[in-house]
Amino acid sequence: MKIGVLAVQGAVSEHVEMTNRALRDLGRSGSAAVVRRVDQIEGIDSLIIPGGESTTISRLIDKQGLRDSIVKRGQDGMPIMGTCAGCILMAKAGDEDVERTDTELLSLMDMKVARNAFGGQRESFEAELDTVLFEEPFPGVFIRAPAIAEVWEDCRSLARLDEHVVMAGQAHLLAVAFHPELSGDPRVHRFFLDL
Amino acid sequence: MPLDLDLSKLRFGTELLKRGFAKMQKGGVIMDVTNAEQAVISEEAGAVAVMALERVPADIRTAGGVARMADPKKIEEIIESVTIPVMAKARIGHFAEAQALETLGVDMVDESEVLTPADPFFHIDKKQFKIPFVCGTRNLGEAARRLFEGAAMMRTKGEAGTGNVVEAVRHMRIMNSSIYRLCDLSESEMHRTAGKFAEKYLTLAGFVKSHMADEKADFSTMTIFGGKTYSTMVEEIHDVLKEIAEMKRLPVVNFAAGGIATPADAAIMMQLGCDGVFVGSGIFKSGDPPVMARAIVEAVTNFDDPSVIAEVSKSLGDPMRGLDINEIPEHERLQERGT
Repeated sequence: MKIGVLAVQGAVSEHVEMTNRALRDLGRSGSAAVVRRVDQIEGIDSLIIPGGESTTISRLIDKQGLRDSIVKRGQDGMPIMGTCAGCILMAKAGDEDVERTDTELLSLMDMKVARNAFGGQRESFEAELDTVLFEEPFPGVFIRAPAIAEVWEDCRSLARLDEHVVMAGQAHLLAVAFHPELSGDPRVHRFFLDL
Repeated sequence: MPLDLDLSKLRFGTELLKRGFAKMQKGGVIMDVTNAEQAVISEEAGAVAVMALERVPADIRTAGGVARMADPKKIEEIIESVTIPVMAKARIGHFAEAQALETLGVDMVDESEVLTPADPFFHIDKKQFKIPFVCGTRNLGEAARRLFEGAAMMRTKGEAGTGNVVEAVRHMRIMNSSIYRLCDLSESEMHRTAGKFAEKYLTLAGFVKSHMADEKADFSTMTIFGGKTYSTMVEEIHDVLKEIAEMKRLPVVNFAAGGIATPADAAIMMQLGCDGVFVGSGIFKSGDPPVMARAIVEAVTNFDDPSVIAEVSKSLGDPMRGLDINEIPEHERLQERGT
């Protein structure tokens, strides 16, 4: 199994390490690999879009000519997880910040996201999260994080912080507003590998 | 508008959040801007963050005088104009400027040698802040001291405002070579190195001791910085060195800065192991800033693909003119500040 981590900008190596750890935990063969060219997207079984800056990553997806192949493979059933900036890009709709910056979304999941929903870095936080996936709370690391403002049709909320949706799933697609790759806890990655 | 949350369950300003913020900048370009218009151009070009300052380093060099934190009104305008993080520079040791920047909602403070240093003895005690700091370094000793003080990100000092990459290359090569050597040191040798790196903190106490002919003064039990005794500081700097040796790199994100003027400059720094690039005067002192900005962004993503570097380097117009290091008198070199 080959898990691609999109490497145009952002916290790439952290996802590679956490994915490899989750693979070992599950006793699976395979490994994570960085991808930044179209031919590399064709050779992977699933894809992680990391945190970084969504405006930057979105522009570089186009510069590298990756948009069509990512969207097509996502529509054809390849599992994709987007974290933080990646979570924003997974959505079909964004708030005024997303629109003002002309951030081109991948439009894969039936949800609307709000960028920097909790404020700037001063307001970044860690919080224990109750999820519908795990019995024990998950250590949520929120860095200038987005929130999922609305979900519809087949997209469903998997975790909330107070009333705000911070993780959502839709069939083989996963959107995570926080940073499971920084938390030291591989459960989100293990869940993704099982999609 | 930020959402409401039950704040009692949340932890703010942790080391993980500070270092994590810097990790999100990896593989990106952080651009110096002096107003909202330049910030928007940078965001559109794909910058991961902007650095707000009164003048770009090349103009600071020309203007002379005391360079301070930017006008808070300008910083607010920049924050309102973009969605990407906004960083701002504070003078070395000027914790009151840093406090003001934190209040303004700046995402990261650059405690920068590009501004005129405010404290001849100490840098800012960065652990007192909720927002993260980036600091410039020329070598492993400076890096160890800044990490001990709580910096969440490093950058080479280079020589800002020159458009000359040689000093940034020098600082990165010295860093890499020192870390390589550090990995071979025994526990006791590393402790001795930590002691050497900590000596800088004794400048003030040493002055007072000799000024007062106070032969009894005992440095090891004296509170020196951040409420810590000198012995504790040596141990903590030793811990920083152990962490660096274990990871075989700095434990925080390390960017290139100071003299990067072209896409190829960005690529050489990335190939030397930098995690991303600060461009100061190199963009808004070039002939066509939006084009130069986009070219450097692409060069950082594709730093290991020479065909992309060649392609984006075509017809960029004039890069900034640049300065030879040997033409700058030693006392005017910004990198000598804040060691």
